[in-house]
Amino acid sequence: MVNSATTQHAEIWQILETVMDPEVPVLSVVDLGVIRAVAVEGKQVKVTITPTYTGCPAMDMIAMQIKMALMAAGYEPIIKTILSPAWTTDWMTEKGKQQLQAYGIAPPVGKSIDAAYLEDLVVPCPQCQSTHTVLVSQFGSTACKALFKCEECKEPFDYFKCH
Amino acid sequence: MATTKNEIDFLLHLADNALIIGHRNSEWCGHGPILEQDIAITNIALDYIGQARNLYQHAAELINQHTDKIELTQTGKDISLPVTEDSLAYLRDVVEFKNLLITEIPNGDWAQTSLRLFLLSQFQLELFTQLLKHEDPQVAAIAEKSIKEISYHVKWSQDWVLRLGDGTEESKRRMQNAIDAIWAFTGELFIQPEYATAACLNYAAIQTAWNQKVSAIFEEAGLVIPAKTFVQKGGATGMHTEHLGYILAEMQYLQRAYPNSEW
Repeated sequence: MVNSATTQHAEIWQILETVMDPEVPVLSVVDLGVIRAVAVEGKQVKVTITPTYTGCPAMDMIAMQIKMALMAAGYEPIIKTILSPAWTTDWMTEKGKQQLQAYGIAPPVGKSIDAAYLEDLVVPCPQCQSTHTVLVSQFGSTACKALFKCEECKEPFDYFKCH
Repeated sequence: MATTKNEIDFLLHLADNALIIGHRNSEWCGHGPILEQDIAITNIALDYIGQARNLYQHAAELINQHTDKIELTQTGKDISLPVTEDSLAYLRDVVEFKNLLITEIPNGDWAQTSLRLFLLSQFQLELFTQLLKHEDPQVAAIAEKSIKEISYHVKWSQDWVLRLGDGTEESKRRMQNAIDAIWAFTGELFIQPEYATAACLNYAAIQTAWNQKVSAIFEEAGLVIPAKTFVQKGGATGMHTEHLGYILAEMQYLQRAYPNSEW
């Protein structure tokens, strides 16, 4: 059976949807916004990705998992990493943000493009939705998160910080 | 060719800065004053090591493209080609490192660590903003990526300078002591290295902007800039304090003892 280029393209994006961020396993690499381009030529697939944080140890693993998922589907993948334009949380999908919220991680508030990452933001608690929350630390359990505390339900929570 | 050699040296200078400050910050792992701040300083260390990797990778690429006579080492022991980010980090010696002295001096107390990061990251923010216009698109891309992380470092360290400077008598004393101890190492930030020949660079402008920002924060925190002090310099050309040797001994031990080992 002959696959047209468009169907192949769609299939590859579908495969990428199944590759999860190892640190935030509810978020696919597509929803995270790290896939910058997909080029298909026959069985050869070139996937261009961009790192979230330069030192994030999950990036090597993400590249490896993308490679394995595509190989399992019979493709010959090449992963290329680019740095510019720099990844921003503005590229995270709405679906991704909702999944983060449901998982208990507050999604980014505001747009990185407005330099929202440098301001003191009101971040609603992902558990009880209260806005009565305080920043505990700009740096959290992974490079992409900040640590918050909810004054209402008294639970600490991670915030996927605007970047 | 001279341009390439200069660009490689400049990349190594930036990479060494990032690696050594990253290493210093990582020494706080498990020793931070409270858990959250321990996590913060180690995250910052991770950002710097990530930046160092990007810079070393690009330097390695340029070095491998120009294998005809780029003298990498001054000690005569040649690093075998092709070089990698790892051989550049782990197999060069003290005199080959081009990091600024301010990155290698010991952490001291929490005041000194956060102050050093404030002075350095404020400088890097200005420098990397200029590098956005670098003619090599990959250098510009690394700068673009790094600026986002450095902005967080500036904010975090600035908060500590304010908090300690404008805090208790004890915290103020410590922050002022830190300034007095580190200030002599800040002059080197604005001495343009010979190999920093990119057209986009303007060290005088960096110094003006840095002075303004640093003075504003010190004023707000009630801290005093020491009267004229001696400027310690030499790091960018490979003349280091006694401290760098100890850092490299610890960092490079494994690769030196067991070449090419992986884990």
